[in-house]
Amino acid sequence: MGEWFTENGLLLGLAALDGLAYAALVFMVAVGLNLVFGVLRIVNVAHGSLFAIGAYTAASVGLLFAAWGLPPAAGFAALLLGTALVGGVLGPVIERGVLRRVYGQEEVLQLLVTFALFMILEDVQKLVWGVQPVSQDAPMKVLGTVEVPFGDDTIPFTVYQLFVLPGVALFTLLGLAWFLRRTLTGRVIVAVTTDKEAAMAMGIDAARVTLLTFTFGAALAALGGALASPTTSLVPGIGASTIVLSFAVVATAGLGQIEGAALTSLLIGLGRSAAVYFEPELEVVVPYLIMVAVLLVRPQGLFGVVEARRV
Amino acid sequence: MSQPTDVSRRAAVLGAAASGALLWAGGEGARAQAAKPSELRIGITTFLSGPASVFGVPSRQAAELLIEQINRAGGIGGVPLRAFFVDEAPGADHLVGEYRRLVQNENVQVVFASISSGSCLACTPLSTEMRKTTLLWDCGTQRVFEEGKHPYAFRTQGYGTPEVLAPLLYLLKHKPDFRTLAVINQDYAWGRDSWELWKAGMDALKPGVRVVAEMFPRFNSTDFSTEITRLLATRPDVVLSTSWGGELVTLVRQATERRLFERSLFVLPVAEASMQSLGRTMPAGHIIGARGDHWNNHPKPKNPEAMKRFVDGYRQRFNEYPIYPCHHMAQAFSALQAAYAKAIAAKGGGWPNDAELADAFRGLTFDTPTSTITLREDGQGLEDQLVGLSSQGERFPFAVPRDMVIFPAAMVSTPVGQKSVDWLKSLKPDILAQVPAPIAG
Repeated sequence: MGEWFTENGLLLGLAALDGLAYAALVFMVAVGLNLVFGVLRIVNVAHGSLFAIGAYTAASVGLLFAAWGLPPAAGFAALLLGTALVGGVLGPVIERGVLRRVYGQEEVLQLLVTFALFMILEDVQKLVWGVQPVSQDAPMKVLGTVEVPFGDDTIPFTVYQLFVLPGVALFTLLGLAWFLRRTLTGRVIVAVTTDKEAAMAMGIDAARVTLLTFTFGAALAALGGALASPTTSLVPGIGASTIVLSFAVVATAGLGQIEGAALTSLLIGLGRSAAVYFEPELEVVVPYLIMVAVLLVRPQGLFGVVEARRV
Repeated sequence: MSQPTDVSRRAAVLGAAASGALLWAGGEGARAQAAKPSELRIGITTFLSGPASVFGVPSRQAAELLIEQINRAGGIGGVPLRAFFVDEAPGADHLVGEYRRLVQNENVQVVFASISSGSCLACTPLSTEMRKTTLLWDCGTQRVFEEGKHPYAFRTQGYGTPEVLAPLLYLLKHKPDFRTLAVINQDYAWGRDSWELWKAGMDALKPGVRVVAEMFPRFNSTDFSTEITRLLATRPDVVLSTSWGGELVTLVRQATERRLFERSLFVLPVAEASMQSLGRTMPAGHIIGARGDHWNNHPKPKNPEAMKRFVDGYRQRFNEYPIYPCHHMAQAFSALQAAYAKAIAAKGGGWPNDAELADAFRGLTFDTPTSTITLREDGQGLEDQLVGLSSQGERFPFAVPRDMVIFPAAMVSTPVGQKSVDWLKSLKPDILAQVPAPIAG
């Protein structure tokens, strides 16, 4: 064992760096899904579409800025603008126009409605952006690369991957924790998450809270997409692959648990990276192996709490 | 075991008789005299949604353009064409039902199937069962004609074996001293099969190459950072990837940013379809293929006028260059026109029935803008393969090959009756002497 670590210690170090960046992207999407489920109690399949549209919008705004001759650093403003556009416009429209009509309905119906929404938004993406890959990597390029020592060699990593992605994820985690626990609005959201009926009895406007939470969750999904857009190529189906992994994170974390989503994303990121280095055949199943292992021991998820029957 | 009752025995006899009658009727139906229809109905299966729609939607556009052109010129044998498109994305089970619907409800005379190898493997048995001529217009699996006989199925383009062997031969000529290789392919049938074909050929032609990494990321992955780090750490002489679509674009972009292209020589047999998306990002000097010979800068197309007409027509309509699935679609239409002309001539001007149409496809030779394709007796088309080194220039806003080698189809295709992997294992280094000289381009 010790010999193995001596031989592969450097590779493990590289795997940890890769895993952190991957975990950051996974967390950004899963945390929004988790937040929305915590308050709305709806498993929102269309969350993946919000990720995809956020990515496409950020890339389009970035390409527009480039066409206007703005400097490449303006690409960062494009990421934020894309996030705000999707979260601020699509979020309220979906919550008010669709989801509000299925609150309290059968879970199957809710699932079907959000799945239908997902399908519609997939076609909207094809109508607007076509099917050929869309790329806008200015934010990644403008920051350049950094050489990480690897024995006698060095391995180039992008600054965006090594610092920006984990940094934004950490900021989001701390910001969310502060917001939910230290601000009045955050505490109101937590109150609705914990017991909606009691919160309403105390005079909390639950409809406003759900709208606010869904918009915020949609913005987080869009931010995840926007952050991913400089590193990847956007094609039809990008939302579907994202949502599947996000569900695994949410189930493992415990529904509605922010810190759980962070820890699960980290486990998945590091586990997947280690698999790519040492057992590539397991890469695809690592997130689900982690999910199964956790749920076998804690069926309510890593940070979930067992809910008492109310009737 | 219980004894069959009289009723069940009678039912079995009646069932057998009915089945026999149906089979006979089906056979006669295929041979029946066919009246000239008011329209020639073609079922076309392609990806209209999902990741592979990067191929499917352009090919549908090409089909619509070609049908318009053919109809404007009077159709085929005076009959206008009409297409019925089916989305492959829901999977093979769904496609089987759709194939039957196309034949039984829409009364299509011909089916064009498909992009996915799984779709083709599902459809070809149906072509035999329903006696319906089916053109495999884009899928690449070698298994279709190596594992079964399909008298009504014909592939109007090349397939996996030549599409992998040609870049391998190019590599062996271009960089014969490579010692290590890594593979990063998509985790599905094509990614796995193409690696098996490559490995079989490489082990036969250059034994001793050390494979330092075999990576098959999840299909439709959006990030290859970890795989790239591993490749940077293991420093293979050659990186092979038969990936395509958005995944190839992402892989190339991320690998370029992290200078992996400066450390290893890439071999990308399916690169052509991603070159427009990559634009100037694609580094120069790496081996790229097109699943055929239809590069837009083909150095000596057989019919330059036809090539220009198709490329310019497509660009004018859709504001982009046609990619290889568009050319494959065009090949299927060329084959259809040639087969109908042959069948109608053989019948003295009469309209062919299903069996006569299928007969016309056997051994058919038809022209493409770049060359000529012949359908072998097993139904497989022989299409040349054009491979070269990526280069950026003034003529195109994206990479195209230079130092191009046009591999004759017969040289890189498995002989009839043999299995590809067995044939590749039997190759001898002498084959390298047959590789044509590169054309500068």
